[in-house]
Amino acid sequence: MDSLILYSLAGILLFCTGLYGVFFIAHLLKRLMAMNIMAAGVFLILIVIARRNAEAFPDPVPHAMLLTGIVVAVSATAFACAIARRYVDITGRTGVDEEDAS
Amino acid sequence: MNAALQGSLLAPFAGALLVLLVPEKLKARITLVVSLVTAGLALGVVREVMRDGVVHERAGGWGAPLGIDLAADGLSAIHLLMTAVVGLLLSLYAFYYFRSYDDGRKARARSLFWPFWLMLWGSMHALFLSGDLFNLYVVLELIGLAAIGLVILTGSREVLGAGMRYLMVAMAGSMSYLLGVVLLYGMYGTLDLGSLNALAEANPLTRAACVVMTVGLLMKTAVFPLHFWLPPAHASATAPVSALLSALVVKGSFYILLRLWFGVFADVVTPAMGWLLGAMGAGAILWGSYQALRQARLKMLIAHSTVAQLGYLMFLFPIVAGAMDAGGAYQLEAAKGTVYHVLSHALAKASLFLSAGLVMTAAGSDRLRDMRGLAERLPLTIFTMALAGVSLMGLPPSGGFIAKWLIAHAVLGSGQWWWIVFVVGGGLLTAGYMFLMLRSAFLERQDGDPDLPGRVSPAMEYAALALALAGVLIGIRAAGLLDIMMIGNPFGFTGGGL
Amino acid sequence: MNAWLPIAVVASSLVTGIVIFFLPEHRRGVRSLLNIAGALLKLFFVGWMAVGMIRGETYESRFSIILGFDFLLKADPLAMLLVGLSSVLWLLTTIYAIGYLEGWKNRSRFFGFFSFCVTASVGVALAGNPITFFIFYEFLTLSTYPLVVHRGTDEALRAGRTYLWYTMAGGALVFVGTVWLHVLVGSVDFTEAGVLRFMDASLYPQFSIIFFILIAGLGVKAALVPLHGWLPVAMVAPAPVSALLHAVAVVKAGAFGIVRVVYDLYGVAFADARGLLTPLMLAAGFTIVYGSVRALTQDDLKRRLAFSTVSQVSYIALGVSMLGPLATIGGLVHLVHQGLMKITLFFCAGIFAETVHVKKISAMNGIGRRFPWTMGAFTIGALGMIGVPPVAGFVSKWHLGLGALGSGNGLVILVLLASTALNAGYFLPILYRAWFRDPDGPWDEHMPVRRAEAPLLLLVPCIITAALSLAAGLLAGSEWSPLALARIIASREYVP
Repeated sequence: MDSLILYSLAGILLFCTGLYGVFFIAHLLKRLMAMNIMAAGVFLILIVIARRNAEAFPDPVPHAMLLTGIVVAVSATAFACAIARRYVDITGRTGVDEEDAS
Repeated sequence: MNAALQGSLLAPFAGALLVLLVPEKLKARITLVVSLVTAGLALGVVREVMRDGVVHERAGGWGAPLGIDLAADGLSAIHLLMTAVVGLLLSLYAFYYFRSYDDGRKARARSLFWPFWLMLWGSMHALFLSGDLFNLYVVLELIGLAAIGLVILTGSREVLGAGMRYLMVAMAGSMSYLLGVVLLYGMYGTLDLGSLNALAEANPLTRAACVVMTVGLLMKTAVFPLHFWLPPAHASATAPVSALLSALVVKGSFYILLRLWFGVFADVVTPAMGWLLGAMGAGAILWGSYQALRQARLKMLIAHSTVAQLGYLMFLFPIVAGAMDAGGAYQLEAAKGTVYHVLSHALAKASLFLSAGLVMTAAGSDRLRDMRGLAERLPLTIFTMALAGVSLMGLPPSGGFIAKWLIAHAVLGSGQWWWIVFVVGGGLLTAGYMFLMLRSAFLERQDGDPDLPGRVSPAMEYAALALALAGVLIGIRAAGLLDIMMIGNPFGFTGGGL
Repeated sequence: MNAWLPIAVVASSLVTGIVIFFLPEHRRGVRSLLNIAGALLKLFFVGWMAVGMIRGETYESRFSIILGFDFLLKADPLAMLLVGLSSVLWLLTTIYAIGYLEGWKNRSRFFGFFSFCVTASVGVALAGNPITFFIFYEFLTLSTYPLVVHRGTDEALRAGRTYLWYTMAGGALVFVGTVWLHVLVGSVDFTEAGVLRFMDASLYPQFSIIFFILIAGLGVKAALVPLHGWLPVAMVAPAPVSALLHAVAVVKAGAFGIVRVVYDLYGVAFADARGLLTPLMLAAGFTIVYGSVRALTQDDLKRRLAFSTVSQVSYIALGVSMLGPLATIGGLVHLVHQGLMKITLFFCAGIFAETVHVKKISAMNGIGRRFPWTMGAFTIGALGMIGVPPVAGFVSKWHLGLGALGSGNGLVILVLLASTALNAGYFLPILYRAWFRDPDGPWDEHMPVRRAEAPLLLLVPCIITAALSLAAGLLAGSEWSPLALARIIASREYVP
């Protein structure tokens, strides 16, 4: 039971670290990594939840969710990398800032 | 096996794949045909809901909890209807709009628009039809990616920056939502919304799930102060895309929020949480309107107006989370008014953005001061904008009036009268920026003004006008739509005396 | 048929307006024909309704929009007062406007909105419950705005903005009041002698607050000081619009709304018992004096007339705010009388401005020799405003005075006296200049030989309204006069 809480807390810690990164880091690549750290936090909790009943077999549904989640995260990251690459090519800058908002 | 229900999902996705493969010349036409079929199938679902009540479907023959259940009740039907009307007219508009995009990068933007748009449409349908939390997560991501793909179509520096910012918020929002899904599954062992409604208890962990999911969805709905990504994305995209984003995409995440607060979290939410959302709505109205009033560009003005108008959707939450009155009469009324606002805003805002596209074509820019004399050049478009404005201001007999009436009624009736200041004041501010916009068009041309170069296609003008007219029409025929909305009792109260 | 007649009255101008919008600019003949036909048709429907009502028929159209929310058009004597005024003056103003706008741009747009404006005005009159009233009240705001800014100049657009902020804010207040009332008592119809007095006594404090919210919202259009700021500014509009805004549509919608709220929603006795009428009386009294004082110093003819309107419209609110049938009669009949007289004055001002470009009072020396008929009409209107018998204005003031005496409001007598003196103070100098000073303007002082002094399309409506003002006073005792109708209404409002 203790390891369950420990893993969950670790997952939440990862999630929060990632969230901070997404909002407060300017560099695009670092932001993308932060996004993936955030996702990793959620996935960690998913793995823990699959084992919430220690005696029985692991629950397959969270595993299915985890796999789907990874697929989604990978494709989104690839998409984001493509946009970021193009952005850097055009502007020569590595961060999105408020100048572009106007 | 329900043909209309499954078809309304299959048609747009299959269409998107098909459009990707066919040669350039056929893309626009095929999209138009697929749009007709998709809208027709969506109307078929609506008709079934009207005839038989709630429609259930076990996709692939698997039932919950293993399979993915599809379901359509009145609330889904109303949203399908909204998407069908907006989507069909939008396809028609885009058909003519992209004709001029015929060289280099613009041609590539055009050929990518069609599949992305159909994919977005299909994802919207999936959103409104699924009753499974994880499925909703996947759909949310699909909508987000399709929407971002549409934003960055032209590949200019401006849209790439806006798209990147949008992407970050969208991903963070869905991750936050997913965290809540995981917590709920950990506690209750199911993802099915219907089962969860019965199981959910008011304990701290469920409340935590409620908070992270709500925050995630509010990010995607662009509710102040999480709205910062919206104006650049909506203003810099091409006109049909701006219309899609403001009219439909932000409503998707709000739809889930609505389902959750009236279902799983109905007993979990506290008055303080409702209050906070109401305050965010008030802030959205004030800040969005203030920003709209000081914009020099038409599309930025309209985009900030979206920020302000989304604020109206938030007053529902303090009323829902507040003390229950007889049978939840005012809660129900607030919900009806809020969904009505979703509808009328979708129609009016789509119409406005499409008109803005026409203005840009005709005037060559979307700066307000370049609009001088347009009232004589494009009378129909300016009339359309005025008509859409009537609905946004909430003046009779438009759909916006019905929404405002219901919300104001619920606010006063439930005793939380202070929100009325923002409901009514927001209408005045809307009038302020709408007339700022129209005023520019009515100014007489000066000698030094540049010529108004572009000609616009009448079909595009009619598409925008039809949307604005629909916004007024739903005000006149409100009773029927409200009846459809209530099929299957999606908000969970009987409504008592009202 | 009885259910369709109120709809027909409203639709006769609505449909005209929509058709005119889509007419090409150069189809002048068709447009004029449509305008006149629409106006005549409306007048015919109104006449039919009036005859029917005398025979004891009732006319009511009711549609359910959403639960507990009816769209109701109903013809009662009070409605007929404003409907009659609007439809007669619409016909005359349309004729005048066709002449006035000769050669202007965007006439289809102008006449389209012009028709909408009258539709809204008639709708306000026929509205049978607060919600329907609100719908038409807002429609009026929207349809008059394009008329105010019609010239498209910077000045017109600035005036339009002022106009819009005032009226939209007023509309918002009416909205709040209407919704709040609906929350408390559900859907209530306007009923003679009031409905709220039958409600639970615990709601009375909230009723008082709602009363002031509603009156403040309506007071914007009725130009109660300090909510009158839009009216002098809106003078930038073309003359037929000013005439319509000031004499019929907008200010009357506000004043009429106040009448409806006091008599048919609260009931005058109930409102008096709750102490709601005294603040209204004070506001109206102050407005009357303030408007007249401001009018004294205006040199621009239309601005002087505008401040005169601020003052004169509040006679209606003043009559409403006193308990007693005579005061009621005075206030109600002034609704019609002020409309007839003020539209005459604005028609005249428009003729001067359009034919010889005289807009300042200081330039009007001897203008009576060049325009004997126009100035004659102006004189009738002005004397009526002062309250000289036998013009219509006298009848209103007489009843108001009697009403004030009867209800023991000494202060009101003072207001009436002061106002009469001030009215004389700002109208008589104009008459003196026009008739007795020697002409010194740049225009030809002689009347054109063998030609009318002004285009007949402008002159004839002006003379007709002057004649009507005179007739309403001379024939006040007849059973077809506005006074007789006002008497009927008053007798119904004071049923115990």
